[in-house]
Amino acid sequence: MSTTTGSTSTTRAPRSGGGIGQSLTDSLTIAKRNLLRMMRIPEMVIFGLIQPVMFVVLFSYVFGGSISIPGAGVDAAAYREFLMAGIFAQTVTFATAGAGAGIAEDMHKGLVDRFRSLPMARGAVLTGRTLADLVQTALTLVVLAVVAAIVGWRAHEGVLKALAGFCLLLLLGYAFTWIGALIGLSVRTPEAATSGGLIWLFPLTFISIAFVPSENMPSFLQHVAEWNPFSATVLAARELFGNLPPGYQAPDAWPMQNPVLASLLWSVLIIAVFRTLAVRKYRSAA
Amino acid sequence: MPGAIHAEGLVKTFGDVRALDGVDLDVPEGTVLGLLGPNGAGKTTTVRVLTTLLRPDSGRAVVAGIDVLKQPQEVRRSIGLSGQFAAVDEYLTGRENLQMVARLYQMSARDAKRRATELLERFNLADAADRTAKTYSGGMRRRLDLAAALVVSPPVMFMDEPTTGLDPRNRQALWEVIEELVAGGTTLLLTTQYLEEADRLAHDIAVVDHGRVIARGTSDELKARIGGERIEVVVHERGDIRTAEEVLRGLGRGAVAVEEHTRRLTVPVVGGAKLLAEAIRELDARGVELDDVGLRRPTLDDVFISLTGHAAQDAEEAGAGPDGDGRGTGSAAKAAGRKENAK
Repeated sequence: MSTTTGSTSTTRAPRSGGGIGQSLTDSLTIAKRNLLRMMRIPEMVIFGLIQPVMFVVLFSYVFGGSISIPGAGVDAAAYREFLMAGIFAQTVTFATAGAGAGIAEDMHKGLVDRFRSLPMARGAVLTGRTLADLVQTALTLVVLAVVAAIVGWRAHEGVLKALAGFCLLLLLGYAFTWIGALIGLSVRTPEAATSGGLIWLFPLTFISIAFVPSENMPSFLQHVAEWNPFSATVLAARELFGNLPPGYQAPDAWPMQNPVLASLLWSVLIIAVFRTLAVRKYRSAA
Repeated sequence: MPGAIHAEGLVKTFGDVRALDGVDLDVPEGTVLGLLGPNGAGKTTTVRVLTTLLRPDSGRAVVAGIDVLKQPQEVRRSIGLSGQFAAVDEYLTGRENLQMVARLYQMSARDAKRRATELLERFNLADAADRTAKTYSGGMRRRLDLAAALVVSPPVMFMDEPTTGLDPRNRQALWEVIEELVAGGTTLLLTTQYLEEADRLAHDIAVVDHGRVIARGTSDELKARIGGERIEVVVHERGDIRTAEEVLRGLGRGAVAVEEHTRRLTVPVVGGAKLLAEAIRELDARGVELDDVGLRRPTLDDVFISLTGHAAQDAEEAGAGPDGDGRGTGSAAKAAGRKENAK
């Protein structure tokens, strides 16, 4: 394609169809790039695994013998079953920090400037990053499920429901990487994105039904825990894995009575809100 | 008819800082404009506006015949950008970096592969093509970055301080690449802190300070304004300063600048080497002992002192906001580069 400048040796980039097709190919190009990076920095993936594996072991054996769960009382084996969905959910949300740090680093190194000067789809840099994180999260979850199985965790409701449970967990993790993306675009350094991506995850994941039942919390925290998007996914996964003790009574709050639906709605809402904010921020990134 | 790059009245403020305070530019097709100025002068901000990365508060810009504010995506198809920092992914190989950029310029996978191989050859990176960029030297990274900017051979190129932080050999090599590019018809806007670089590469130079273009012309025109060469003398004894001043006044064209505490005297001259020899003879004849003597060519600092009445360093401190802000890794290298250039 020759140009209006009349020179024959320069060319413009081919005009693309734009729209969804271009968004998809551009996102995949960026996802491939981020997956290549992850393969070449395996220590990041490995460190990402150590923490949840440590939690599985610590909670199972240290707290397991002393935490009472509704319907089963203090029973270490029942607690291990009950616990795993909580650790799985916490692990997927920790992908937030990775996404944030990765995007902050791209900003810092000038790569975002390069991408923004290219005729590529607007959200693709962020979508590609979050997709790559989704792949990494899925791999982490596989390893963690194996470790959980070793300490005695089982899914009792069949393969399909178990897969549905993992899908809900991954969807939550994916939603959270968009929060990470926004954090990454808002801070100045990758280090700040890592800590900024992690700090609020601790209260979020602990003020929930993931590790202890909400019944024993002060009433204010009880409400927070029961409406926490994180709790909905944890309870949904427990239901789908068949990890709830026989006499378990879910709290009365709506998300606790309808955890699968609540988990889906929360994740979709988080994606819709944070994707919009992050893409807007990306486009105006100075 | 407006040129390949045309800007009118660009204004951009960051908080209290007016990074751009009404920048006008016009770069005729196939020519090179050198944007010269210190850190914080507004060079990078100008490039960011013209490459669609930043929306100005007011003003308009047209690049390759397309309105930058109205059709940014169309502009992106026609430009290449090489920034202050080599914007390559260090965990990807040279080839993977170029293929990725080519794909994002919407080339087919096959074309992207072919183009990457071509560019790696052309930029002398073929041997390192399948190593991660992390293992590359600074010069190699810059070459890879430039190759990435040239994936589509865009009609208009922007280079923001392309040689900052490079050693002289790599700088020379990059200059040759740039010259080749311009010979092929590319219109180029280049920012630099080095007069020497602008001198060698640019047809026209625009001097920027505090967000405004304060002077423009060919490098010869600017040099004439700066006053060209100077003789600089450092006398050994403070008591000889007056005598030396008298000698230099007789030889120079203009006032003799005297720095008492460093015993340094400077005077603009025309006809360099011959006058320097004369100055040395005369000072010797009068028994003035010298610590140092030499001919200085104009530097960026001279441009600034002559055009604005303040040194480039002051401008940097005053305006050290938007340009360098938060991306300070380059400034040490820049400062070092400027010092080197001043010699």
